[in-house]
Amino acid sequence: MNIKLDFTHHQTAHCETGATANLLNFNGMQTTESLVFGIGGGLFFGYFPFVKLNYVPLTTFRHAPGKIFNSFTRRLGIKVERKNFKNQTQAMDELDALLAKGKPAACQTGVYWLPYFPSAYRFHFNAHNIVVFGRQNGHYLVSDPNMDHPVTISYEDLQRARFAKGPLAPRGKMYYPVNVPENVDLVKPVRKGLKEIAFNMTRIPFPLVGVRGIRYVARQLEKWPQSLGPKMAARYLGQLIRMQEEIGTGGAGFRFLFASFLQEAAEILSRRELMELSHAVTAVGDRWREFALLGARLIKGRSQSKDVYPQLAGILRTCAAQEERIFTDLRKIQL
Amino acid sequence: MKIDEVPNDAGKLDGEKELCYAEDTDGNYVAVQSEGWEAKNIALDQAWEYIQQQIEKALKNIHQGAVSNLAYYMAQNQMDISLLSQYSGFSKRTIKKHLKPKYFNQLEEDVLKHYASVFKISAAQLKQVPTE
Repeated sequence: MNIKLDFTHHQTAHCETGATANLLNFNGMQTTESLVFGIGGGLFFGYFPFVKLNYVPLTTFRHAPGKIFNSFTRRLGIKVERKNFKNQTQAMDELDALLAKGKPAACQTGVYWLPYFPSAYRFHFNAHNIVVFGRQNGHYLVSDPNMDHPVTISYEDLQRARFAKGPLAPRGKMYYPVNVPENVDLVKPVRKGLKEIAFNMTRIPFPLVGVRGIRYVARQLEKWPQSLGPKMAARYLGQLIRMQEEIGTGGAGFRFLFASFLQEAAEILSRRELMELSHAVTAVGDRWREFALLGARLIKGRSQSKDVYPQLAGILRTCAAQEERIFTDLRKIQL
Repeated sequence: MKIDEVPNDAGKLDGEKELCYAEDTDGNYVAVQSEGWEAKNIALDQAWEYIQQQIEKALKNIHQGAVSNLAYYMAQNQMDISLLSQYSGFSKRTIKKHLKPKYFNQLEEDVLKHYASVFKISAAQLKQVPTE
């Protein structure tokens, strides 16, 4: 089977938003990564000490995997098909059948099993999204949103990656748009996305998410050197920095991507205020970057560890205060 | 982040570039490529150092006869007992048993082959580990 669909690969910062945007562009809807991220209500903060990744608590700067795609397509009235599989051969056969029909499909994969991925990033992370757009000489043609250019992967490797195990196991998950409306009004979806993000960041009555979650981490972080010992504290800190900055966030734990969305939203809704909010989000993003840099230098042992943890907590509190103001303002704007 | 502040600290992307969002001189957002960032590189190094320590620890224990070769390939593949159990289909209890040299050395060829396939190696490779 030799198929190469006329699919345009665009590199993006984040995989889920990128795969979604690239797929929709193929289906005739011009959209950007940041629009997908914003309309899909992607921005979030959550600290989940009861979920451990490599024995270290999970921190997230975005909403749950799959959520952005689901919300975005629902809000724009795009019909989609999502499938999980028990049988691995069947999962691959259905992908082939789709390609034969001229349809590219997004697959959820485990990064660990993707041979083309930069080796330093190959951890057991199972919510990586790629688009398969062809098959040539037994190899699949893949548009990996994080990569600069399209790549190829063998049948065995793709199958393995689609059936990675562990937290967030993809179970062969495959998804693609079935019906894309021709003319969409972006006003309502943009409003919904903004409202949802503002709500999630300030109004959820649970101490581990949103602005309250950031403050909670600040309090915990101050205690890490005592409660965990210096070594483990550094590992907790390192994981936090990686979740914030590692491939796919566009910088500062999605804050810059969100600021980009706010600018697009300002134009779509013709609201100047959103432009100002965008600059405020950039400013808070810069604080997050400061946090990462200071934390990283501590890990490398270039600064005295004792005073740095309170200092780091201080930056987090500033971030929390700034974000609280931004999202409260956003809630108050009559969109 | 301003466009001229986008870092280009190479090191971890195998020559690839990733995308960042930054404000251009007019304050408008654009996507720009970056070769990496020092802060991220340090955090990544730390994560790999930990994996390396686990591998060395496993090797030491194997050479002392405390655990079987399985421990080395688990560490190398960043797998704990629970994850290996999900990949192999063996129960955690079975894997714990196979982690003991006494039981590992009696394993039948097809069981070894099954473990080897999880690690993407051959059964012959599974029977060997580096000396240091």
